[in-house]
Amino acid sequence: MGTTQMPTDVQEPWVREELVIVPLQAATANDAITQLGAKLQAAGCVKESWAQAAIDREKVFATGLPTEEIGVAIPHTDVEHVLKQAIAVGVLEEPVKFVEMGNPDSTVPVRIVCALAVAQSELMVKLLQQLVEVFQSPAVLRAITGAGNAAKIVEIFEQHLTINRGGN
Amino acid sequence: MTKRVLVACGTSIATATVVAEKIKEIAKEVKVPVVVAQCKASEIRGRISTFPPAFIVANTPVPKDLGVPVLSGIPFLSGVGADKLKAKIIAALKEN
Repeated sequence: MGTTQMPTDVQEPWVREELVIVPLQAATANDAITQLGAKLQAAGCVKESWAQAAIDREKVFATGLPTEEIGVAIPHTDVEHVLKQAIAVGVLEEPVKFVEMGNPDSTVPVRIVCALAVAQSELMVKLLQQLVEVFQSPAVLRAITGAGNAAKIVEIFEQHLTINRGGN
Repeated sequence: MTKRVLVACGTSIATATVVAEKIKEIAKEVKVPVVVAQCKASEIRGRISTFPPAFIVANTPVPKDLGVPVLSGIPFLSGVGADKLKAKIIAALKEN
């Protein structure tokens, strides 16, 4: 077993600096998804088709979460558009409206967009469980919106997302 | 008597699992035996016929004519109104 090599990216965190846009300047939810999709694509995490697929999915299954003070959205799409698991994060000064999850008649002003590139549904569940916990803490959300730079945002996510990304 | 609860979400099973786990926790807390099943929104009618639930918790819009009470599971994802939803679920679990 001594010669077995671990995949080099096993320890890479979910959120990396090159996947963070702060501040993210976007006029609409679609704009935000497109910009984050471009980041994910540039990092080799998703196919070019990811952004449009995520935008299309948003129309059917919206992902805006109406948290207490700072709205969050978690756009994502089918595994076939994902190459390597990661999360791109955009923090907006001016919120954009995402349609509320489970409630197509309502929108949420969103300041934190987490674009999820996840290829394994089992992992998606675990990731979501942790993310949901993170999002339920107003203090953490305030820390993310107040961070001001990518390194700090990476650090915050690393503190709270303890599940292994895996080597994919 | 064991309560059957159906949790529905969009395409992925992820949000349904998060909500289903919460429901199991709550049921344990109030000592009501439950079986929680999950499905995609598109499968909901089919699932109701084979697994008639006491109530449904949905993370996505579902038809209004299902003939079964429907609660929104979103508060367990957003945190807002989670206590209220918990109370509603407890009431529904204890109902005969």
